[in-house]
Amino acid sequence: MSLLEFARGPAFQASVLILIAGVTWRLAAIVLLRSRPQFAAPRHGLPARIGGGSATILTRFVPRRAFWPRIAASVVLSAVFHLGLAIIIFGGAPHILLIHQFTGLSWPSLPKGVIVLVSGVTLASMIALLLRRIAHPVLRLLSTADDYLSWLVVFLPVLTGILLSGETVARYETLLALHILSAELMIVWLPFGKLMHAGLVFAGRGLMGMNFSRKGAAT
Amino acid sequence: MNTVTTPPSTGANRPDDAHVAKAMRGFLADIGPSSALALDSCIHCGRCAEACQFYVQTGDPRYTPIHKIAPFKQAYEREMGPFAFAYKLFGLTPKISADELMQWQELLYDSCNMCGRCSLICPMGIDIADLVEQARHGMFVAGMAPQDFLGLLAEKEQATGSPFGLTTPQLQDMLHQIGAQHGVVMHVDEAKAEIVPTISSIDLKTYPSSMAAIAKILNHMGASWTFRTDGFDADNVALTAGDREGQRRITLGIVNAAIACGAKVVVMPECGHAFTEMRWEAANAFGQKLPFRILQITELLAEGLSDGRIRVNPAPQNATYHDACQLSRRGGATAAPRMILKSLGVDLHEMEDAGEANWCCGGGGGVALIKRAQPLRDKAFAIKQRQVEATGAEKVFTSCSGCRQTLEHGGKSAGWTKEVASLLELVANNLKD
Repeated sequence: MSLLEFARGPAFQASVLILIAGVTWRLAAIVLLRSRPQFAAPRHGLPARIGGGSATILTRFVPRRAFWPRIAASVVLSAVFHLGLAIIIFGGAPHILLIHQFTGLSWPSLPKGVIVLVSGVTLASMIALLLRRIAHPVLRLLSTADDYLSWLVVFLPVLTGILLSGETVARYETLLALHILSAELMIVWLPFGKLMHAGLVFAGRGLMGMNFSRKGAAT
Repeated sequence: MNTVTTPPSTGANRPDDAHVAKAMRGFLADIGPSSALALDSCIHCGRCAEACQFYVQTGDPRYTPIHKIAPFKQAYEREMGPFAFAYKLFGLTPKISADELMQWQELLYDSCNMCGRCSLICPMGIDIADLVEQARHGMFVAGMAPQDFLGLLAEKEQATGSPFGLTTPQLQDMLHQIGAQHGVVMHVDEAKAEIVPTISSIDLKTYPSSMAAIAKILNHMGASWTFRTDGFDADNVALTAGDREGQRRITLGIVNAAIACGAKVVVMPECGHAFTEMRWEAANAFGQKLPFRILQITELLAEGLSDGRIRVNPAPQNATYHDACQLSRRGGATAAPRMILKSLGVDLHEMEDAGEANWCCGGGGGVALIKRAQPLRDKAFAIKQRQVEATGAEKVFTSCSGCRQTLEHGGKSAGWTKEVASLLELVANNLKD
């Protein structure tokens, strides 16, 4: 079995299995806890609370005006990185093919040159985010091994993706295998560390939005 | 009932593992899906620091809001989180030591107003202020709350039902004396009443005219009302100290007193945390929906002005308004004070970030009751001072006696002479005959 066959076969199946089991376990540990009933008369009814929860999922993408002057660098770098990653995953032709294979869904891809350019920008934003994490006293204090490991397992697929597009440093098959394996490493780590925020962000914002809307408080 | 067993910070009886275990049990007892999600979600982006007055004013990273709950987050991961078994097995998170936890006392109490500005900036939707409140529960049951005033008041409140240890006859006398001094008819401990105003002990000690103002307005409205000395302590110092049991007992005291006289409305005084506790937690403590409404005094005034039960003379002046965090950002009562100021013809000069994104006065969350925190509190106050000055307003109105007192004390430290006044008293002083 070649490295590419391994990456596409057993490694892929194992990583998806770990992803599903890990996410289920992590979510169950939260959902199965006993919640306290709320008896206080709400300011707003259920439809407004659902609206508040949904709105908060969207509004927290862009901080309030009052906060911008102090967090602009964090917001812009983070936005560039996340948007870049989304464009690569959902705009790259090979990725769309993969999604089509599993879901039947398909859409037009972006030109390869655009994806390479976006990958370069994404990589640069990740390096800037890492340097900021190391240099900023607050981020340094908060950071754990998970922050650096999570950074690494996202960085590697982006890096190998760029290398793959140029086919310069190694054979195409080798680079493709490394790219797939690095992506699999990312999805294996996802349920165990901060990458889980890809899903928790929606639950967290939605729940806060609903709770705060109940009180008529700022969301 | 929890008892306060204060461990000295030094000497043979300093806090030990038993205190730590008690603190962690106290903390973990509060964890439900919402808190677990919050504790599991942090991406360590550090934005919450930039919303916190204590970090912004000092640059000290220890004041990063999410860092203030670090030992408790660690306890959650180690004891209760989805991968607790792995954390324990591989020693990924060591047990917290008693010394470490004592070091966190300053972060959880002195440098957190529970103002919730950090909760508003968090991209993950983590209510950090709520987590701090839960962490304080753990600290209190382990006897690790600061004794410096806050803890002592909470102890007295637990023992007597009042942070100043007032007996029923003393309180009755005080209220009647306030009425006599201000020429206002006081209703105290009447058997039946539709409206029951509660009392802030800060008002009782420092701003007694505030009680006269409530009485004057309720008399003006022609309301059936009474103070109840069997359930009056709106301050609920226990809440900010982290005394969950005391908090519940004080709250139920008010609930039962209001039910006993058939109240339809319980009015909370000019106090932010008092409103938060009664409006959102009293029904939970009672275990069912309450048979009466709970209104913050500004909400009652705004309703009265809207439906004509309160009639006022214009009081034109140039002023700004300081939002109490628990009333505006976290309580949803942002519009009422502005409606009142407008009804009185006040030329309102809003501060930058006014309303939901306002900065705390620096005294919220019990910080005003911790003497050693004054230098830190004054640093937070400097933001407010700057913002008020920028408006060019001659006076600052607020609807929270805690904020009023903090602003006055901060002003005194800074040699600032701006007048800080009560919105309630403004209305009471300008009622139409």
